[in-house]
Amino acid sequence: MNSFLTIAMPKGRIFEEAAELLRKAGFQLPPEFDDSRKLILEVEEENLRFILAKPMDVVTYVEHGVADIGIAGKDVMLEEERDVYELLDLKISACYLAVAGLPGTKISDISPKVASKYPNVASSYFRQQGEQVEIIKLNGSIELAPLIGLAERIVDIVSTGQTLKENGLVEYAKITDVTSRLVANPVSYRIKEQRITEIVDRLAEII
Amino acid sequence: MFEKPLGMRDTLPRLYETKAAARDKISTEIKKWGYQFIETPALEYYETVGEASAILDQQLFKLLDQQGHTLVLRPDMTAPIARAAASKILKEQVPLRLAYSANVYRAQQREGGRPAEFEQIGIECIGNGSISADAEMITLMADVLLAAGLKDFKISIGHIGFLQELFLSILGNEERASVLRKFLYEKNYVGYREHVKSLPLSSIDKQRLIAFISLRGGEDTISRALELLENSVGQETLTELKELAQQLKAYGVEEYVSFDLTLVSHMSYYTGTLFEVYAGEVGSPIGNGGRYDNLLAKFGWNAPATGFAIRMDRLVEAVGSVDENNETQCILFSSERRNDAISTARALRAQGKSVALQDINSVTNVDAYTASFAEVQFFVGNGDSKK
Repeated sequence: MNSFLTIAMPKGRIFEEAAELLRKAGFQLPPEFDDSRKLILEVEEENLRFILAKPMDVVTYVEHGVADIGIAGKDVMLEEERDVYELLDLKISACYLAVAGLPGTKISDISPKVASKYPNVASSYFRQQGEQVEIIKLNGSIELAPLIGLAERIVDIVSTGQTLKENGLVEYAKITDVTSRLVANPVSYRIKEQRITEIVDRLAEII
Repeated sequence: MFEKPLGMRDTLPRLYETKAAARDKISTEIKKWGYQFIETPALEYYETVGEASAILDQQLFKLLDQQGHTLVLRPDMTAPIARAAASKILKEQVPLRLAYSANVYRAQQREGGRPAEFEQIGIECIGNGSISADAEMITLMADVLLAAGLKDFKISIGHIGFLQELFLSILGNEERASVLRKFLYEKNYVGYREHVKSLPLSSIDKQRLIAFISLRGGEDTISRALELLENSVGQETLTELKELAQQLKAYGVEEYVSFDLTLVSHMSYYTGTLFEVYAGEVGSPIGNGGRYDNLLAKFGWNAPATGFAIRMDRLVEAVGSVDENNETQCILFSSERRNDAISTARALRAQGKSVALQDINSVTNVDAYTASFAEVQFFVGNGDSKK
């Protein structure tokens, strides 16, 4: 059986912290890791293969089993609801999901609209609150939506609150805390049990 | 191109042959163990079979009949077989050994890559509540996979009773136990550990619950599980698992099995041992099964039962090789030599060969047409040539 273990890493914001964590746990990562444009990197000494994916897609690769394990934000996991094991809270890239909007505004009674990159999270949150809203899916710069009147509220990731402040928005509610998680494909978790357990243990030690 | 509904697939000739060959091998093996194949309808009532099925409601294809009853396309075969088995005719030969090979339907909400209609081949053993029946399921599943040509696979065996009794003894009531069970069902170990930490329990009990999620591996898992118990509660299920491990050794399939007491394939369906089978390159289980002693009662027959189902699409993917050999021959003829062609074809078919008999005037591109045949004969004009 293939002894290579494939790890899906999120590109961008989370990447550096995740790579640092792996190095701290004693994994030999290639030096070109951080600034490489390659999407697949192999570390033969460790029998590891890294794939660099969009953060939103990490759980998709893992669910389909083309990556055995991956590092994914809890925000993505809540949004995507993929069939993967959530093995470890890596406690990195801490932030939270929140509802925000222009100060002193209410959700319109006539056509209540919420814009978000996380339509499922947004819709289930407002359903729990007993509010009927319509969700508009955006792919980035969510803060724009209330500013130009696309929606009264947005649901987005907040890390420092700086972006909200700079755009004159305020937070109305916190939905949930978010950190990065180590996830595993259900089949890999059993077939490559020993290797995955070893990685989990090494990481758990330093968190 | 005409689109198909989400998750619906065509099976083209080569894949069809590969699947058919695997199906043949599997059903031959199943019959050798004394199981009888049956068929049930694709449509069932939502209120009976739909409700009794282990498949989530949002995955059911529902439709209405002329009288306004809600129907479902069967999402699995276990519930329909339970319905049929509870009928008078079949109840006379207990324990019942039934088998099926049928398409089941599960709606896909999201993207492609997962079929909404797929073939399952499986068995149900009804009216036999013994460990021998559980051992027979797991052994036969291993045999069937070997017969289909799969070499590398792993069967994980769990026992829902152990988890249930451990949780109940520590947490005190079913409500709290089901919260924890849900974390396992959702594969959320982070949430599980956080929830355990937040519970008003002694640190020893918390430690027992945390240690529980590492109960997987070889036969030693059972003895490690035993150490987590404080009194006799839960011991019986472990004795059952030990007995099962013994019987699997007697059958000689121990190399394929491992134990995983954290396995929760469904929130409430299974009642005893349960198992899943994995093959290296396929990202989802290729089959699963277990004991479901409460299902038959829903159809008015209080009988224990166990079974398994294998997903043909995933099995074929796991075996990997598509049957490339096309044994079919071709005879191309022109009308003046039709009689020769017909008698040659008849003779070949009598020998068991497959022969496509084709009037050459209807073929626009002879090279393209004949490319995929094993052998081509021409009965054209006055001569007789072979390619």
